[in-house]
Amino acid sequence: MNDTVPGPVVLLEARDVVKSFGGRPAVDGVSLTVHRGETVVIIGPSGSGKTTFLRCLNHLVPIDSGSILLDGEPVGYRQGRRGLTERSPREVAVVRRRIGFVFQRFNLFPHLSAIENVAVGPWKILGRPRAECYREAGDLLARVGLADKADARPAQLSGGQQQRVAIARALAMKPELMLFDEPTSALDPEMVGEVVAVMRQLADDGMTMVVVTHEMGFARAAADRIVMIDNGRILEEGPAQQMINSPAHARTRRFLTQISH
Amino acid sequence: MLHLALAEEPGFAFDWGFFFQSMFQPSSLFLEGLARTVYISVLAQALGIVFGFGIELCRRSRFRALRWIAGTYVWLVRGTPLLVQLVLVYNGLAATNLYRFEDWTIGSVVVLGVVQAAIITLAANEAAYMAEIFRAALDAIDVGQAEAAKALGMTPSMTMRLVLLPQAARIVVPPLGNEFNLMMKSTSLVSVIGLQEMFLTAQSINSATFKTFEIFLTVAAYYLALTTVWQFVQRWIERKMGTPTVSVPRDSWRDRLLGERKRAAAVATQPAGSRE
Repeated sequence: MNDTVPGPVVLLEARDVVKSFGGRPAVDGVSLTVHRGETVVIIGPSGSGKTTFLRCLNHLVPIDSGSILLDGEPVGYRQGRRGLTERSPREVAVVRRRIGFVFQRFNLFPHLSAIENVAVGPWKILGRPRAECYREAGDLLARVGLADKADARPAQLSGGQQQRVAIARALAMKPELMLFDEPTSALDPEMVGEVVAVMRQLADDGMTMVVVTHEMGFARAAADRIVMIDNGRILEEGPAQQMINSPAHARTRRFLTQISH
Repeated sequence: MLHLALAEEPGFAFDWGFFFQSMFQPSSLFLEGLARTVYISVLAQALGIVFGFGIELCRRSRFRALRWIAGTYVWLVRGTPLLVQLVLVYNGLAATNLYRFEDWTIGSVVVLGVVQAAIITLAANEAAYMAEIFRAALDAIDVGQAEAAKALGMTPSMTMRLVLLPQAARIVVPPLGNEFNLMMKSTSLVSVIGLQEMFLTAQSINSATFKTFEIFLTVAAYYLALTTVWQFVQRWIERKMGTPTVSVPRDSWRDRLLGERKRAAAVATQPAGSRE
């Protein structure tokens, strides 16, 4: 998209993020910097806190301490006289419009057709003209290979199709950053490929992406960096090839062997 | 003595002529009572839905004071009898000189004070139950829906209006049908504050004619007719709101009146997951 940008520009910066549930830390001091156009894949065993961390990034989960900056601006918080205070839901909503989020279980709106799911964001949230929103929604559905399913309800679509509509729905808001929470984990194996293909295309087009996944095929093909999270902390991170071929930690090596079966 | 009593007591004879006349040629007084029963129930239910939704919004507020007020309201209203509430609002408030319901004249229409009191009390009572119905409906929606709406950048009011309410509406209709059925019958209670609706009109016909069985059988038949008409309206609404993938089978008149439901036959018209 914007390959003329000189040098890497920081888009997202998370610093020492801590989040506990019932006194047990799920995320225990995670820091991560994501540059514009970069694709970062987060891996780790289940229960390691990677999903919670991702949900902190768009304030679906409020954090206990640390900071999350999008373009230098705190997400979900405001710099007050006495430190950070949580923003009102209305203000948080405005920041979230810049961040797309794709859920493990799609969460499409079942009372709306595929094209309505995609158009509702720009039309109702951003208040843009209806006709324009529907035209763009049609284009986005074509881009994810579902031009012929525009009028289908989510219940009439397969899991893979639903997830592709969900990606189109997030893209319709023209986000600067896309977050994916295990986007292929709830899919039947034969449908993983179609969703991964859409995500790879998105990464190739220069979208900034943070992806929590076990799909190493995607990581190998599209990730710039891989981050291994274990027990709520970053165990190690590095360029994708290096992390896959020669991880520094035995724990990472073991994990990669386990998920490749 | 016993012999004498039997001789003096005339045997009960059902007055078919009187019964048919009250059934099929009701007096204008009776029809007026019927009309009041209908519009009081409709208005009270409509207001009850709106108030009830407002109360439920307060109970979901992030402000503790609002949650507390709404919760207390539901507790008080559901915990006391409607009959007592009616007398308190109409006669009680007047007795304390706090508020007296006066007749209003809007154009050429006169709205009696007692009608206002009845509609407001029935609506306020209904609101507490509707709030509970909205709570159950909103709780039944997968949390992922609100999360998806939030993640897309919707404000809380957009989330409610565009995502939660349309889905809750479908869940609300069947219990709402129950509520309106009860509401039409509950309007007979407003006779206690002297409102001439169908029941009180029948009372006065009864005291003039002593045809107690005939007139109240007529009243029962009219209530049954009202609730039956509503039953059809409710089914029509449910069919309108059903998802396009699921069809609600049309029951025959006979099945409907006998209460037989063919819910099990509700089948998806299209395969749920057309696999590639």
